[in-house]
Amino acid sequence: MAWFKKERKPRTSERVKLEIPADAWEKCDECGHIDIKDRFIRALNVCPNCGHHRRISAQEYVDLLVDEGSWHELDSGLRSTDPLTFENYRDRLLVAVKKAGPLEALRSGYARLDGMPIDLAVMDFNFMGGSMGSVVGEKIARLTRRSAEKHVPLIIVSASGGARMQEGVLSLMQMAKTSVEIARLRSARVPFVSILTNPTTGGVSASYAMQGDVILAEPGAVIGFAGPRVIKQTIGQDLPPGFQTAEFLLEHGMVDAVVPRSELRDTTAQLLRHMGGRRPAEAAD
Amino acid sequence: MATHTLDFERPLLELERQIDEMKRVTGDTAVDVSKELAALERKLAELRGEIYRNLTPMQRVQVARHPKRPYTLDYVNTVFTDFVELHGDRLFRDDPAMVGGWARLDGMSVMLIGHQKGRDTKENLHRNFGMAHPEGYRKALRLMGLAEKFGAPVITLVDTPGAYPGLGAEERGQAEAIARNLVEMATLRTPIVTAVIGEGGSGGALAVGLADRVLMLENSVYSVISPEGCAAILWKDATQRERAAEALKITAEDLLELGVIDEIIPEPPGGAHADPDVAAQALGDALRRHVRLLRKTKMEKLLKRREEKYLSMGALSEK
Repeated sequence: MAWFKKERKPRTSERVKLEIPADAWEKCDECGHIDIKDRFIRALNVCPNCGHHRRISAQEYVDLLVDEGSWHELDSGLRSTDPLTFENYRDRLLVAVKKAGPLEALRSGYARLDGMPIDLAVMDFNFMGGSMGSVVGEKIARLTRRSAEKHVPLIIVSASGGARMQEGVLSLMQMAKTSVEIARLRSARVPFVSILTNPTTGGVSASYAMQGDVILAEPGAVIGFAGPRVIKQTIGQDLPPGFQTAEFLLEHGMVDAVVPRSELRDTTAQLLRHMGGRRPAEAAD
Repeated sequence: MATHTLDFERPLLELERQIDEMKRVTGDTAVDVSKELAALERKLAELRGEIYRNLTPMQRVQVARHPKRPYTLDYVNTVFTDFVELHGDRLFRDDPAMVGGWARLDGMSVMLIGHQKGRDTKENLHRNFGMAHPEGYRKALRLMGLAEKFGAPVITLVDTPGAYPGLGAEERGQAEAIARNLVEMATLRTPIVTAVIGEGGSGGALAVGLADRVLMLENSVYSVISPEGCAAILWKDATQRERAAEALKITAEDLLELGVIDEIIPEPPGGAHADPDVAAQALGDALRRHVRLLRKTKMEKLLKRREEKYLSMGALSEK
């Protein structure tokens, strides 16, 4: 029975040797899957296990969608002026700039996609929940005007909780302002691809996000007019599973396709080649 | 009447009671109290004027939501004539929270569209408290199409807490319905005049409110979010609604100053519900005046101005 007395080596000594930096691992919020950070990044921040699309910044979408070195940002000098002198709004703007990096909840510019010229606007949810105030509205309006005048296809990537409360009814009016320009774009027959990411709700979904000629959505993105919490409160019961997800909207005929992040670029390019610049009159020749 | 008295109207109630009392007591006797009576009535009118001149934003919200306040269908017969209601969006169902149809104003046919609230619980269940579903906005757009086709101006009356946030509404595309109305109204080839007559509740109001002229009744409000909703989000406390109502700048005066509306339509002292006929008269006068002017404007100019009107809205600086 000697094995009872067998001495055990302390287990700790053999471990600890692997030098792994503390932030090398990441965990998926959705399925709890833990993987090497690099694998998340290489998968465009999509969980390698469950396919959950994590939130990425406006800059990351720009990098994902446009040809390398082709991005030229426009109107980056636009700032909100706090028209209502709403309490804490200026402070919140400063905090948002620190947190998100960009100076507003939307970046706009022109670039190339597979060599085709495009106008691109991307919202940044990290900046005050991607809320639309005067600056977001103005940037969309100007970019859309540019698209119509130059006959360059428009792509907008949305991520927003809706209108920005701190600018009151002026935020609401940005829905009208952007719609006016989208209407012009339609008359000019310039393609507009709207890409919806998590989440797209409120005043943004109820204006330009839902006005695309083609509307694409990332898997699992919450898309709707009212946010899930408001609906739950109103009807006083839990929402059915999967309610207001991109897949739910696809099923109800509200979006054209659910497209994984890894295919967004190619799908958009393909769409633009179909819709790009050929007018009915020419097509008839 | 007493059942719908707002807190800040209590002092008026007391005076009214005194006047009634005096009338009753002296009714049978020969004592002449007409002087005293006149004085009391003058005092009542003064006090009412005083109170209504100094309403806080939240008090205006209360007036805008007053259960006796005239709604769209009340104005149908006081401002317009010859109303023929049209129903349904031709896609799903008729939405009773949004009403519309042909009407006559100033001798001319117009398309009248408006939110409709209910007077009591039963009616409100039917009207969904004036909160439209997508089919309501789609009906409105269908009727605007008719107006455009037959060269009639569109008049919309806004009175809604907001677009309905429910399961069916989301399933059928509440956001899409509103977004479509906005983009279509931007280029609708006929004059559009909107009057906010009560509550202008966010996207649900704007969905029929993108217009050549936007007017507001004096005690109506127009906001991106309800004061209660704003307080709940910012301060996690819906009871802070006074503070939110103040901060959001939602009164007709605020909106005129912000350049969002074109004109304030005066209400009788004590609000539209105190004298609906006077309110209707004022609303009718304003609508006629604006429609007349807009009809004289050439279509391309009208559309250009509509565009410029909305493109100028917002507050920003450029570095």
